[in-house]
Amino acid sequence: MDSLTLTINGEARDINCDPATPLLYVLRNDLDLTGAKLGCGLEQCGACAVLVDGEATLCCNRPAGEFAGKEIVTIEALENDAVGAAVQRAFIAEGAAQCGYCTAGLVIAATSLLKANAAPDRDAIVAGLEEHLCRCGSHGRVIAAIGRAAKEIGNV
Amino acid sequence: MSKSVFSSPSLAKHPGLDEWVSVGADGRISIHSGKVDIGQRISTALAMIAAEELDVPLDRIDMVRTATGEAPDEGITSGSNSMMESGSAVRLATATARRHMLALAAEQLGVDADTLEVDDGLIQSRDTNRSVTYEEIQGDKPFGVDVDPDVDVKDPETHKIVGEKIAPLGLSEIVTGSYRFLHDMKLPGMLHARVVRPPHYNARLKGMNDETADRLRQSGIDIVQDGSFIAVVGANEYAVIQAAERLFAACDWDTSGALSENDVFESLTANPRESRPVENDGVPQDKPVPPLADPPENASATLETRYDKPYHAHASMGPSASCAIWQEDGLQLWSHSQGVYFLRDAVAEAFDIDPETVRIEHIPGAGCYGHNGADDVAFDAALVARALPGKPVLLKWTREEEHAWAPYATATSMKLRASLDADGKVIDWNHESYGDTFNMRPRSGPNMAGAARLLSGRFRENPPPEFVPQPAMVRHMGIHRNLDPLYVFPNKRLVKNLVRDLPLRTSALRTLGAFGNVFAIESFMDELAEAAGIDPVTFRLNHLEDTRGREVLEAVAARMDFNADDGIGRGIAFAQYKNLKAYAAVGVELEVNDAAEVILKRAVLAGDAGEIVDRDGTAAQYDGGFLQAASWTISEQVTWDRDGITSRDWETYPILGFDNVPEIETILIERPGVPFLGAGEAVSGPAGAAIANAIYNATGLRLRRIPFTPDAIRAAAMDA
Repeated sequence: MDSLTLTINGEARDINCDPATPLLYVLRNDLDLTGAKLGCGLEQCGACAVLVDGEATLCCNRPAGEFAGKEIVTIEALENDAVGAAVQRAFIAEGAAQCGYCTAGLVIAATSLLKANAAPDRDAIVAGLEEHLCRCGSHGRVIAAIGRAAKEIGNV
Repeated sequence: MSKSVFSSPSLAKHPGLDEWVSVGADGRISIHSGKVDIGQRISTALAMIAAEELDVPLDRIDMVRTATGEAPDEGITSGSNSMMESGSAVRLATATARRHMLALAAEQLGVDADTLEVDDGLIQSRDTNRSVTYEEIQGDKPFGVDVDPDVDVKDPETHKIVGEKIAPLGLSEIVTGSYRFLHDMKLPGMLHARVVRPPHYNARLKGMNDETADRLRQSGIDIVQDGSFIAVVGANEYAVIQAAERLFAACDWDTSGALSENDVFESLTANPRESRPVENDGVPQDKPVPPLADPPENASATLETRYDKPYHAHASMGPSASCAIWQEDGLQLWSHSQGVYFLRDAVAEAFDIDPETVRIEHIPGAGCYGHNGADDVAFDAALVARALPGKPVLLKWTREEEHAWAPYATATSMKLRASLDADGKVIDWNHESYGDTFNMRPRSGPNMAGAARLLSGRFRENPPPEFVPQPAMVRHMGIHRNLDPLYVFPNKRLVKNLVRDLPLRTSALRTLGAFGNVFAIESFMDELAEAAGIDPVTFRLNHLEDTRGREVLEAVAARMDFNADDGIGRGIAFAQYKNLKAYAAVGVELEVNDAAEVILKRAVLAGDAGEIVDRDGTAAQYDGGFLQAASWTISEQVTWDRDGITSRDWETYPILGFDNVPEIETILIERPGVPFLGAGEAVSGPAGAAIANAIYNATGLRLRRIPFTPDAIRAAAMDA
């Protein structure tokens, strides 16, 4: 078995795995970071998003080896990030999930968006969610939650 | 306290208070329900009801996971029934529990029970300063009494928790990634499995390249085979996925039973069918269908038309999954099925084992919205686990499987004809609906009826006899759900047609036939209103006596400016789900742009679901239900050719994205103390019709076949 070193949630992790394995499986199975979800394996739904060097990145179909040397942050560590924590609070305040399967990806996308644009208008929020799907119909609440988080961050 | 108007059929089967409520020695209250969380937040509502009746804070309530043999058997979590069935049962049970504990406390404290007050589980007498806690009285002890169906419940005016907007249970875990879905299960020694599916429903295995199979086995992959059911199993999930792909390529399939490529909308009215007249507010009758009479002589106008909707997929965000262990003393399954008891009996039937030796525990999956792949994947996991006794097996479907193999909502056609008199009143009404069955959940019965409806059963070496669905005869079930309009029309002729020999596998999707029927009725109401020269709201009110129905319709109408001249199309529609459950009126504002795309601008939703428990959860069922139905209406249709399903992912089965989300205003009518109606499916039918009516208002194009894609709109414009 090959081995691989990845920087995940601020920690260097040595993992025994085939570097061709998509990152999502490594996170979920080798590191027990199951927050990111497999929705399609085709980079079509966004449920698997994680932050890579601060930017939301789909990882269901990209080999883990490609992420060596990059800073990977998963939903599990987002509470430690001021922007991420604000997004999480806003999702709760807006009741912005039903089944919650797509939510981790959306929280990651929102965090990535607000890091790049602290005061996005509605169009910018929608553009930031372009790679994401939701089936329960929480869309409006998600958009409202991101607006709320932006306001909260702006007020600090 | 007030006299309860709440009643629950669940209590007939599970009358014992201990089946619903238990108090721990630590003072925590456990609530047992047979209804499961599928994103609709039922656990939150049940916990709120329990906390309210027991005078404890919400965080002292534990909602116990539903498992067969332990939880009350409340059938399926479906049909907007959970609040009426489980919500009412939990209210009566916790009210009985409170009264029981207060009586014991009164005895112990030597005071009259009427003088006792409860605060956070501390029972205190107003007359003395003595007190006792719930756990001191009842901790870890059985109640040993039945739930009193006539128990006094809290006066809604005193409610402190019920009716409030609170954060749903589990949401803080969901946003931090610690919420455990079934897909996240990990057990010691657990193996991963994937199914190697044939190309389509009718394909069967002819042979397999032994060399490939041997190579896979040498690499540590187990191959489980039973006829044309094939699965691969191993310790490494990604290696298993790759093995499944390799083995599929090494299989030789007999694909001679190609799928019919006939136009399904022709087949719906041309194929053999079982027809039943529907009378008495939605009940099919076992008698011949009366012939269609000529319009009445005083008819000033008669309209006749047909509406269609395609096959729709549940299209859950997470492909279905299940975990199984086959042990000497029985089978343990973890499943996100909506009906663990039904599934248990069907699985037992398939293996010819005692249902009592099968235990199924519910663990949440992605939202299912009906009979998706949840039950099928559990049987798949059981088939694999049986071949590898003692080993836990987590089997997940792929995106392709969820899209191509889970049951669909049938395509339906609705043929309507109605006549108006000179005053614009409807004087006769004909509505015939045509579709395949919605009723293929694995409910056990004679001739292995449960096993026969589990997908992989039909691919086994010895498949169960084919299950031939019969017309559902229950009120507002299946094809005839909401076929009977709530409006007061004379001379109604209503017919349901269960159509045979249709190409795709179908079962229950949110609202069953109601989505198509309400889409048709409420589109037709606008067509009739125009023929009568009466505005759509007045025309509806002229035929609607139900006061709660009128109230939601008027609430939406008051917020819509139908006379605005701003290029925005406006439409309205209304229904009461099953003429029995929650009411919904929907107003839509939209534009049809130059690319013939429907752009949703604003939606106004008014709902009456009886007493509101979880305020935000109820609103979420309305606004989420609207967006899902808007997606069905604008974007979605299952496609196939002779070689199988061709809508196999999110590109070939596109759903509504974040770029077409209207501003939504949801108004909930306050009905404290009035029985729960259940909110999950009320809005879907009106949503589809309101969009159709708004498109007509915007463009003059009357679209009668869903989905309203740019192609469909351009085609309608060419015909106009």
